[in-house]
Amino acid sequence: MDVKSVKLKINNIDVTVPEGTTILEAARTVNIDIPTLCFLKDTNEIGACRMCVVEVKGARTLQAACVYPVSEGMEVLTNTKAVRESRKVTLELILSNHEKKCLSCVRSQNCELQKMAIDLGIDDIRFEGENPHYTVDNKSASIVRDQNKCILCRRCVSVCKNVQTVSVIDAVGRGINTVVGCAFEKSLSDTPCINCGQCIIVCPVGALREKDDTDRVWEAISDPTKHVVVQTAPAVRVALGEEFGMPIGTRVTGKMVTALKLMGFDGVFDTDTAADFTIMEEGTELLQRLESGENLPLITSCSPGWVKFCEHNFPDFLDNLSTAKSPHEMFGALMKSYYAKKMGLKSEDIFVVSVMPCTAKKFEAARPELAGNGVADVDAVVTTREIAKMIKQAGVDFINLPDSEFDAPFGEASGAAVIFGATGGVMEAALRTVADILSGEDLQAIDYTQVRGTEGIKEATIEIAGKKVRIAVASGMANARKLLESVRSGEKQYEFIEIMGCPGGCVNGGGQPIVDAKTHMNIDVAKTRAAAIYDEDKAMTFRKSHKNPIINKIYEEFLGEPCGPLSHKLLHTHYTERANY
Amino acid sequence: MVENNTIPFNGTPEQHEKLMAAIEKYKGTKGALIPVLHEAQEIYGYLPIEVQKTIAEGINVPLSEIYGVVTFYTQFVTQPKGEYRFAVCLGTACYVKGAGAIIDRIKERIGVEVGTCSADGKCSLDATRCIGACGLAPVLTVNDDVYGKLTLDDVDAILDKYLK
Ligand code: SF4
Ligand code: SF4
Ligand code: SF4
Ligand code: FES
Repeated sequence: MDVKSVKLKINNIDVTVPEGTTILEAARTVNIDIPTLCFLKDTNEIGACRMCVVEVKGARTLQAACVYPVSEGMEVLTNTKAVRESRKVTLELILSNHEKKCLSCVRSQNCELQKMAIDLGIDDIRFEGENPHYTVDNKSASIVRDQNKCILCRRCVSVCKNVQTVSVIDAVGRGINTVVGCAFEKSLSDTPCINCGQCIIVCPVGALREKDDTDRVWEAISDPTKHVVVQTAPAVRVALGEEFGMPIGTRVTGKMVTALKLMGFDGVFDTDTAADFTIMEEGTELLQRLESGENLPLITSCSPGWVKFCEHNFPDFLDNLSTAKSPHEMFGALMKSYYAKKMGLKSEDIFVVSVMPCTAKKFEAARPELAGNGVADVDAVVTTREIAKMIKQAGVDFINLPDSEFDAPFGEASGAAVIFGATGGVMEAALRTVADILSGEDLQAIDYTQVRGTEGIKEATIEIAGKKVRIAVASGMANARKLLESVRSGEKQYEFIEIMGCPGGCVNGGGQPIVDAKTHMNIDVAKTRAAAIYDEDKAMTFRKSHKNPIINKIYEEFLGEPCGPLSHKLLHTHYTERANY
Repeated sequence: MVENNTIPFNGTPEQHEKLMAAIEKYKGTKGALIPVLHEAQEIYGYLPIEVQKTIAEGINVPLSEIYGVVTFYTQFVTQPKGEYRFAVCLGTACYVKGAGAIIDRIKERIGVEVGTCSADGKCSLDATRCIGACGLAPVLTVNDDVYGKLTLDDVDAILDKYLK
């Protein structure tokens, strides 16, 4: 069907856009910026804050451009005295209730409210708000909520409710007493929150942030009795550059490694090596389950946001989850066993730091079931944003750094491990290995493009060595819910399912650099970062996990067989049902 | 925002049955939440977390959303009423004649915040909008008894009577 186009005038400039376009989007096509606060494309389009008001000829009052659709012959003015004054009063009212502590705020210089105050030239706030002080909720292992900075835009509410179908935060109370919070003023830690951090990356201000673990890492680095090793997940290397002003989708692997070495870590390793172990274990598990027909479909479990979602909402699928630990946990377990032995260190003297695109990994690392012999596999998890902060604190000039390589033995990885960072990547990585094993060949066609792309749900039937395997991939919990409900009802059948907690996979994780609403209108962030991931894969020498020589060496020297007794002890775990509230 | 209540929930099986019937009645219809909340409040007198959780599961609406609705509408309460329901009028006439000080005195004596109930379930305190007895300002009601033209000493005497 052809979409009709509509002609209108914005500030006397002729504009032609498809029917259904909002004034805000139409204005952007002719380089006119209308300020927004609550609006976030595809996530929150509710017209709540009224920052974006414009004059529409014929309308009696100012209109919210972010939700107002264009119509034929419309005349819009975005920069009249009335518009400027209305926006200014709105902003001053928001600021009068806001805890304005920019100097000590995580979001300073990446804050949509701060930028708006600068853009609108606020030099005085004429209103004195009533400023009750709210207690900061920092009981969650992953997420800190500070209502004193909240501007009630409800972006977090929308993402938690619509994108994740977790719905643990909402507007509470009425009028001037409205806050965004949990039922019965509970801490997030006492709700079915899955720690995904999607609320953080949509928040325009400093009201939501990750639990800061950087101090603990610095402390370990300066403790002479500790051997501190760091590992970085695949999605970090395609996003970290953004924190230093580089374009979205820039690959900074080499600079990142150099920076970590300069900061004083005793070993700088690649989580991807561990991801190859995850594939060996999970691939073997898939083969075993295909053979026995038990607990199918196999469902991936490397996303801790998804795992907690499953524990709360789909406990009947817990036996379907892969028992293989997530890559960074496998890494930790191997550090404290294999590596400790090799280096002649005691496992309690090794401090494992994970740099992750993910806030849920903080919660995961604290799970009691992920501590072999009482020693946690991973000691601290920091997000992409936190490691950027530490690099700055260390006075490292990131942009101008030369490249360097990860340290041995956890320095070499396959391309299969790299693509873990994008939705469909774990599936593709597993298929590359499983297909080789089943066919007994070194297959050349290894790009499973059916499972690539950022669509919420992807499915395909593939043939491996004459066997039909039905696969599905979902990212974001609304999609996972839909997919699993269709499996639960018997409407759909699969052998293998990959699920990632965040929409688009880890590249769009809750620990990644925060991209503002304006940029989101022009760039598909997850897609751009994922493209960089697939480039990284192409550039690898080995593209299949079982071809990684390090993996084979460690199985030979230490672990024995995939899914063998020692692997089971060190590299596998299980999860249990959790109540909601 | 009031503190979470400390009074243990003691709903009866009969109440639960009625609630389930109300849920059944509205389940699947559009806008089921508000009528179910109304019936639930009729049944229990208030809407504690236990009741809201049952409703959440029953009509498949997240607890956070239910709590948002309950706190938005003033007719819903999350705190039970006490055996003695103290209510101080905060209409303009009462307010200018010192209702604020009366509230503070009652709070202090019975040890509860406005909108809450004491842990033993005896006394609850509310601030109400104008009850139309401005000639008697400031006014306090306890259950169905109305006391007017109060001084703080009167308040003490009234409290003594109930608290004994
Ligand atoms: S949220 Fe933004 S405006 Fe508020 S203190 Fe932080 S940086 Fe400043
Ligand atoms: S971390 Fe995820 S689940 Fe928890 S409140 Fe934020 S968006 Fe919701
Ligand atoms: S916490 Fe952030 S995203 Fe949520 S309503 Fe407040 S300002 Fe908006
Ligand atoms: S109302 Fe348009 S941006 Fe908030």
